[in-house]
Amino acid sequence: MSELLKIEGLTKAYPGVVANDGVGFSVRPGEVHALLGENGAGKSTLVKMIYGLVKPDAGTMHFAGAPYAPTDPRAARTAGVAMVFQHFSLFEALNVAENVALGMENPPPMRQLSGKIREISKAYGLPLDPARLVGDLSAGERQRVEIVRCLLQDPKLLIMDEPTSVLTPQEVDILFHTLRKLSSEGTAILYISHKLEEIRALCEGATILRGGKVVGSCNPREKTARELAEMMVGAELKVTDRAERSFGEVVLKATGLSLPPMSQFGPALKDVGFELHAGEVLGIGGVAGNGQEELLATLSGEKPSIPGTVTLMGKDISSLGPNGRRAMGLLAAPEERLGHAAVPAMSLIENAILTGTMRKPLTKNGFVDQAAAKRFADEIIAAFDVRTPGSHVAARALSGGNLQKYVIGREVLQNPAVLIVNQPTWGVDAAAAAAIRQALLDLAAKGAAVIAISQDLDELMEIADNFAALNEGKLSAPRPTQGLTIEEIGLMLGGAHGMQEATA
Amino acid sequence: MITLVRRPTPSKLWTYATPIVAVIATMIAGGILFAVLGKHPVEAIRVIFWDPLFGANAGYFRGQLLVKAGPLILIAAGLAIGFRAGIWNIGAEGQYIMGALFSAWLALKMYPTESHWLFPAMIVLGALGGLLWAMIPALLKVVFGTSEILVSLMLVYVAENLLAYMSFGPLKNPEGYGFPGSRNLQDYPSAYNAELFAGTGVHWGVVTALVAVIATYILMHRHITGFRIRVAGEAPRAARFAGVIPARLVIFCLGLGGAFAGLAGMFEVSGPSGQITDSFNVGYGFTAIIVAFLGRLHPIGILLAGLLMALTYIGGDMAQLVLGLPSAAIQVFQGMLLFFLLAFDVLTNFHIRFGRAGA
Repeated sequence: MSELLKIEGLTKAYPGVVANDGVGFSVRPGEVHALLGENGAGKSTLVKMIYGLVKPDAGTMHFAGAPYAPTDPRAARTAGVAMVFQHFSLFEALNVAENVALGMENPPPMRQLSGKIREISKAYGLPLDPARLVGDLSAGERQRVEIVRCLLQDPKLLIMDEPTSVLTPQEVDILFHTLRKLSSEGTAILYISHKLEEIRALCEGATILRGGKVVGSCNPREKTARELAEMMVGAELKVTDRAERSFGEVVLKATGLSLPPMSQFGPALKDVGFELHAGEVLGIGGVAGNGQEELLATLSGEKPSIPGTVTLMGKDISSLGPNGRRAMGLLAAPEERLGHAAVPAMSLIENAILTGTMRKPLTKNGFVDQAAAKRFADEIIAAFDVRTPGSHVAARALSGGNLQKYVIGREVLQNPAVLIVNQPTWGVDAAAAAAIRQALLDLAAKGAAVIAISQDLDELMEIADNFAALNEGKLSAPRPTQGLTIEEIGLMLGGAHGMQEATA
Repeated sequence: MITLVRRPTPSKLWTYATPIVAVIATMIAGGILFAVLGKHPVEAIRVIFWDPLFGANAGYFRGQLLVKAGPLILIAAGLAIGFRAGIWNIGAEGQYIMGALFSAWLALKMYPTESHWLFPAMIVLGALGGLLWAMIPALLKVVFGTSEILVSLMLVYVAENLLAYMSFGPLKNPEGYGFPGSRNLQDYPSAYNAELFAGTGVHWGVVTALVAVIATYILMHRHITGFRIRVAGEAPRAARFAGVIPARLVIFCLGLGGAFAGLAGMFEVSGPSGQITDSFNVGYGFTAIIVAFLGRLHPIGILLAGLLMALTYIGGDMAQLVLGLPSAAIQVFQGMLLFFLLAFDVLTNFHIRFGRAGA
């Protein structure tokens, strides 16, 4: 019995799509095994079957030598499988210990549980105060609550879904330290990610999925990141073409820009200031929840600010709403595609009208010109290679990547003077992400100014001329990206957010 | 196991089919209800749906149909705009009463002076009464974040008490021999909202309802304002991103709904009802909610739904008279219509799959 988890021929079909097609792989005890694949490759469905959230149509699983077919997550936990989800399921208004207790079958009395939490967090270098409110914790600390909750069950297999997407580089180091320690004690880890350098640093084995099928397995340490990416995509990757650009005048300027928190545990923007030149791409990095949404809302005009704080081409636009700013050439694409950047139940034509009326002749005397709107929607679809049966389709019927291309395309084709995008390639497959990045670079090459807010530091390094970090609502002074090291960026992002390893 | 699977795009077929299926299901369930009450189900359904249109005294009832449908359609057309935006004005009944009170007050003050200006002025005052009454929940929501559902609903009961006070007090007919209620505006030519074509039931309120249907159709489906209202209901954050100011939207939607309900009250008090009494309101403001949803919040749908609901009103009255059905049974019957509509509505966005869980 050298295998802890052995999967053979696992198949799961949803109407119209086969999510997993005869998937097989195995994980040894103590192995850190990567599941690699683009969005929609079937990684999530696969781990959901292992964790008992989804029932396979066909195929078998063995766990620790015995047949394994969990009917629900509880059965999976009993067998020794634990999972840390990408999106945390924590109650902000409860403290750490209470949150941990909520996820347990038979929680011990609070005092005993708090002791246990301290014990485990110390043993694995994950300092955590059981009495603190989760709402006051950083994303990295919240993830620790989830990990500690799993470790309390003493799992044999720990599944982690994109765990580093919310962490600073320093926090990633601490997490990897913990994972390596767990692995050395015999806990196997199934690690889902599309960050290839991380996988090369951490994992000993990798299974690569594409279109629901296993297309290869390898030892990621023996491959380059580029080779891994090409296995994942199944084609050669295009390198984004970054033309030489020269900066023009200052077009957008923020000084002393502050904003109270938009939600109870949300951050406030504190004295944000920057200057953005024509032709410049300013990358704003930072862990989600540090003011990105707030920054986009106040720059786009959704949350106007005090007069004198935001100027566009010399004019004070601080108190203008989104449409006033659009008319002057400032456009934006928020992070949340469904429900913010686009209306899920409305057609692509209607979604073109959503932001397009100020700069495109889509209305006559306030009346919607349906034909013009359809032409604009079709133009976006053609120019940005949006895969859809037509412009009459509801936005929610599109895949994440296609809808994102549509949303970015809608703004780019309106010829903005300034475009602000938040997480432009979040949850988007590699090919679509490359197309979006290229579109932003092309826009800047034509003389527009672009602000790209992103958690993906590699992305910002690729497209941004200057880099600034947003941490707890404060924006660092922008620095040229060329010559910036990952450590320097990490420190700009607030280092490990004041967390230290307990056992250094 | 029955599972609901979300459709990627809302089903066009079911969008149009649900009202029809809901009407049929209501007939079946209503038939069972009437059978339990000891009435012949098929006959009861026939009395409600068939006799008013094609029965013995249909000539009279057909006119009544438009008299009843007019206020329902007018109120529902206004409510639907708010409902589309996710603003829930449940208090149209109160706004309807206030529209009637405002306009009747003017007419009774002017009595017996005859003037061409009186009727138009009453129209303005009726709309204003409903609008002002609706501004109470609107402003409370904008300033203090209260629920417009609760405030508008509770104001119905305030309006009802005000109505009773007025009909027993300040607006009481001085020549009414002590009977409650105001002078009858039908006897005051300048204020009388008379039938325009004899026997059809068409009065200025019915004409206004038709105009309202066309106007709201243009607003909601052709104009950018209506587009933004629909966005606000579908995705509030996207609406703010598109430049919608939520406070203005609340004021606009509640104000318009209130004005339409007030107009309906004005045309009713000056026409078919004729006077302010404590039993002036008969629930049009509440039934209009059903009409709005039965009509898919679409102006044309509301037109048809209003006629259907008016039919159940008249048919219900007939069933009470002819078959001795209790009026509560008729109200249950009308309520079932909304219930089935909302239930079948699920099919627009989901389709049902039978089979084992997770299979």
